[in-house]
Amino acid sequence: MKYIDEYRDEVLIRKLAVRIRESAVQDLAFMEVCGGHTSAIHRFGIPSLLPGNISLISGPGCPVCVTGRDFIDKAVVLCRMENTILTTFGDLIRVPGSFSSLEKEKSEGADIRIVFSALEALDIARKNPGKNIVFLAIGFETTAPGTAVTVQQANMDKFNNFYILSAHKVMPPAMEAILNEGVKINGFICPGHVAAVTGSSIFDFIPDRYNLGCVITGFEPIDILQSIMMLVQQINNKTPQVEIQYNRAVTRSGNLIALEYLKRIFEPCDAYWRGIGIIKGSGLKLRKEFDRFDAGKLITSDIRSIEDDGSCICGEILRGMKRPDDCPLFPLVCTPDNPVGACMVSNEGACNTWYKYRKDE
Amino acid sequence: MKVLVTPGINTGRMNEIITLNQGSGGRHTHRLIKEIFIKSFGIAEPLTDSALTDNSGVTLALTTDSYVVDPVFFPGGNIGKLAVCGTVNDIAVSGAIPKYMAAAFIIEEGFPLADLIKITESMAEEAERAGVKIITGDTKVVEKGKCDKIFITTSGTGILPDGRKHISTGERIKPGDKIIINGPVGNHALAVLGARKNLSFSTPVVSDCASLNTLIKSIMTSSEKILFMRDLTRGGLGTVLNELAGMIGSGIEINEVSIPVDDPVKGLCEMLGFDPLYLANEGKVLVVTGNGEEKRVLEAMRADPHGKQSQIIGEIKENSRNMVILNTFAGGKRILEMPSGLQLPRIC
Repeated sequence: MKYIDEYRDEVLIRKLAVRIRESAVQDLAFMEVCGGHTSAIHRFGIPSLLPGNISLISGPGCPVCVTGRDFIDKAVVLCRMENTILTTFGDLIRVPGSFSSLEKEKSEGADIRIVFSALEALDIARKNPGKNIVFLAIGFETTAPGTAVTVQQANMDKFNNFYILSAHKVMPPAMEAILNEGVKINGFICPGHVAAVTGSSIFDFIPDRYNLGCVITGFEPIDILQSIMMLVQQINNKTPQVEIQYNRAVTRSGNLIALEYLKRIFEPCDAYWRGIGIIKGSGLKLRKEFDRFDAGKLITSDIRSIEDDGSCICGEILRGMKRPDDCPLFPLVCTPDNPVGACMVSNEGACNTWYKYRKDE
Repeated sequence: MKVLVTPGINTGRMNEIITLNQGSGGRHTHRLIKEIFIKSFGIAEPLTDSALTDNSGVTLALTTDSYVVDPVFFPGGNIGKLAVCGTVNDIAVSGAIPKYMAAAFIIEEGFPLADLIKITESMAEEAERAGVKIITGDTKVVEKGKCDKIFITTSGTGILPDGRKHISTGERIKPGDKIIINGPVGNHALAVLGARKNLSFSTPVVSDCASLNTLIKSIMTSSEKILFMRDLTRGGLGTVLNELAGMIGSGIEINEVSIPVDDPVKGLCEMLGFDPLYLANEGKVLVVTGNGEEKRVLEAMRADPHGKQSQIIGEIKENSRNMVILNTFAGGKRILEMPSGLQLPRIC
């Protein structure tokens, strides 16, 4: 299949693995900051192809994992309201909030529907004029433009029964936050889909100010191995810079139309990242002229969210300070069946991925 | 269905209410069966797709299955065809010859009679093709909203020829034995998903829904060393491999590159984030043959219309942790786990 098979060529994969082994002379740690990469790396068994001196660390790139418990709590309150249909991406369904999860609410009768896009939620609103439709808008620069287009459409068509609860976030401030915390890495495997929207230039501050290499990477095994090779070469040549490996999708300036939509509908705000805390300017909230679509305004009661308890180390994992197998709860207490922290719930979470795709050790 | 206890299952914590997760066919379903049904009914393990009962020298295979697929009609079949194929296959994979079936219908008030006729006609057609007779049944009609259109339960029975009792338990399997499947995986689940009206795309994928008893007959005659068969329904190939590893107490090694997956299925899975190895099929069977017998069996399978794309996908390995290891096409290795969490509800 085109765009898949050529990036899964076994011979080329082996050649790349050998070249990485020959080129990497020191201990190196690279961080991937996209849940899609975490998942791909383990699904393809990439760690088993790398030499022992290269380790891959997962960063805060799974949108479900970094979404705070209070967001789930708000969603639960919303889905309990009369005449309300809650629409969400599937991954959020099982995330435990402070007092319930969407899965539990659904089995107790709440009308919660899994959608693949915000536009699908808007379509539900069109077909159910007597009901309020709430879309849980999570994700980074990849999914946010889809929400923006939908809000624009809802505005044009004068919808009065469609709302979004936004937990949209942008990536660079979080990368900066973990660098400032002193994470020990030698370069970033940068998120390909985020960069397809934003362009590669948003990562320029990383080589400029932190002297670390960035390679914007695709999601197939050859993409990932080639990017690791490029990062190793940058280190050997002492030329940290932003390079685009995923050049079939990413340009320097990005998708200008998507960026324009983002700017028109959203404005930056401070946002809470589970495990990290509040990061300045890292969230996206609806601009004032669109805030009638804000589902947060439907909530009138006080919600008391409970903070994560200390036994789960999701926070340190999301900051790249620890690995899932450093956690005392992994893999016997915290499992995909009984997740304690969000990293175990989402398919793209570091703990879930480690659990599913552990190497045969 | 075999129930296994894997490290990591916290058996002390049952949910207070049933969630969709417990119907997914993965770990949660297994736990429900073990902790509620087995406990209440005192069924002897191992649990297999068909139960075998001895009646004065004749061994009967008995099975039952409910069908709640949404939508009722999908590319490649409908709930009626599925209800016949599914039960025929559950009997056939035990090595038995399917003979008779019972069918029970729960129908929602307001369901079009024309649709019911289409469903029963395709059941009759499929039963004839499979050589089974539907000889009894039951009908209930419930108020609107109390069930979704139509649910069907079929039970079936067949006769197990002598010397085949080992097939459903896999008790004769040993390291080195080979694993074969009869074609590409994932088509049924995605055909059903694609037929749902709330999806904003259409797919060219057609369900593989088919009765496999003719294919299984050729498999059984091709070699004396057919050691195990199981149909790859809910939970898909990944689930059956894990169930098998748990049943026989060995490891399994699978080569990803030899598992057939059709391009449209591959593409949709990439887009939607599904793994085809965990998607439901309704016309796929996994066969374990004795080491050295695999080529002969493969040839026989490929001669059948439902086995043209058969492939040897792996073998039984010694492994104390009963793990299924996947050699990825990228040349890496990873554990193929029992799936967990919500897959796709109401796929069969």
